[in-house]
Amino acid sequence: MSSKYNKRTNDRKFDETRPIEAKAGVIKKADGSAMFRIGKTTAYAAVYGPRELHPKHMQDPKKGLLRCNYNMMPFSAEERVRPGPSRRSKEISMVTQKALLPVVNLEDYPNAVVDVFIELTETDSGSRCAGICAASIALADAGITMKDMVVSISTGIIDHQIVVDLDGEEEHITDLDVADIPIAMVPSTEEITLLQMDGKASKEELLKSIEEAKPVLKKIAETQRKALKEKYKG
Amino acid sequence: MNQDLKNHINEALKKGIRLDGRKKEEYRKIEIRTGVVATAEGSASVKCGDTEVIAGIKLNIGEPYPDSPENGVMMVGSEMLPLSNPEFEGGPPRIDAIEVARVIDRGIREGKTIDTKKLCLKKGELVWMVMIDVLPINHDGNLIDLGGIAALTALKNAKMLEVENDKVVFGKRTKQDLPITSMPLPVTILKIGDNLIVDPTNAEEKVLDARLTVSVLEDDTLCAMQKGGDASLSIKDINEMIDLAIKKSQEIRKKLQEALAK
Repeated sequence: MSSKYNKRTNDRKFDETRPIEAKAGVIKKADGSAMFRIGKTTAYAAVYGPRELHPKHMQDPKKGLLRCNYNMMPFSAEERVRPGPSRRSKEISMVTQKALLPVVNLEDYPNAVVDVFIELTETDSGSRCAGICAASIALADAGITMKDMVVSISTGIIDHQIVVDLDGEEEHITDLDVADIPIAMVPSTEEITLLQMDGKASKEELLKSIEEAKPVLKKIAETQRKALKEKYKG
Repeated sequence: MNQDLKNHINEALKKGIRLDGRKKEEYRKIEIRTGVVATAEGSASVKCGDTEVIAGIKLNIGEPYPDSPENGVMMVGSEMLPLSNPEFEGGPPRIDAIEVARVIDRGIREGKTIDTKKLCLKKGELVWMVMIDVLPINHDGNLIDLGGIAALTALKNAKMLEVENDKVVFGKRTKQDLPITSMPLPVTILKIGDNLIVDPTNAEEKVLDARLTVSVLEDDTLCAMQKGGDASLSIKDINEMIDLAIKKSQEIRKKLQEALAK
């Protein structure tokens, strides 16, 4: 099907992401930390733990708890974001936890909690994906036992055209149908751990967009690994 | 544990040394960057030792306070992000974060940093609101001073927004600066035992006896103060602390000017 969206508003190729920058160990006080920037979206993640879980009745002698908290700083959007949790940030915290859970060996941490705090300093769409990418590096940096990393990107379908890494301008296109599809994947097994969609797409289009995201996700996984190696080299 | 830490820090201070090897009146290396947040009207990051603070300015149009119908509104917010230190928990700002925000606010307000008269659009109806948020990425002490420096730098870095039909157009920055007329730098002096120190780390803040934050203007006049800690201060202490604060403010001001000139 031919699309009216034959050239991206940002002049990127359809499978091209914004410039990505990743750094591990950016927060000294944390047990593990990372910064992940994609275009003008910047996420910081800090991992604290494993540490004792309170209140005690929440403790599980069989496995630890992974607790994620996503937050946008007040100046990270066009209009000031009121501090404190919102319905949106609570939902994103939850899907972030679900996205990371499949790779974290929580059986290694009975009665404990691993806290992941994600802060967005600036956002231009794709903030939950950037948060997951940062969190994954931070967990590895903290030495939490993991099966693999988790990588995340938002793909989009704009008038039947699949595009990778929607930015704010594309997300707010109004004269064409825009579907925003955040995806997270475990690169080694290609398991999908986060999948959401805002907007219309056919089943074929959706499956195709996941396929097209795969090579991009694997490339981002390389960037994550590089960030970790950079910290521990020498 | 704090008692042991306190004895340890005290013993070292008696010999004129601090845990990280600094002298008593020595600031950690300070690094100021501007324009670090694309979504903010103005922003700055201040790194000092292991502490890193980000300040961002957001603007909007709103109603003035009834008692000052011709003045723009400004507010300072701060939170002790659990991301920045293992001891912090989520939830609404507690008293430590509230104090940081209020002391920074007081310096900027009383120093008349922002010419709020110039922020009036329609007397009694519409004025600019300047919202300053100061947040630690990594908290290893001295958040008032560093947050204050970040806030002032971000204010200097900020640009006004376009207005259409009495509403701001978000994302449309103009070339016009905010009306900034002074730069009152907050400098906090800690008293531990008989020693006065500047730029405390987290560990030093935990064992402080008293502290005094002094906001110092360009001409060395003072525009705001806040005493903290459980112990009292003598007049002699206060005298010495203010002298030290003024001296340090001059050093920091130089660094700030260098960063702004970039």
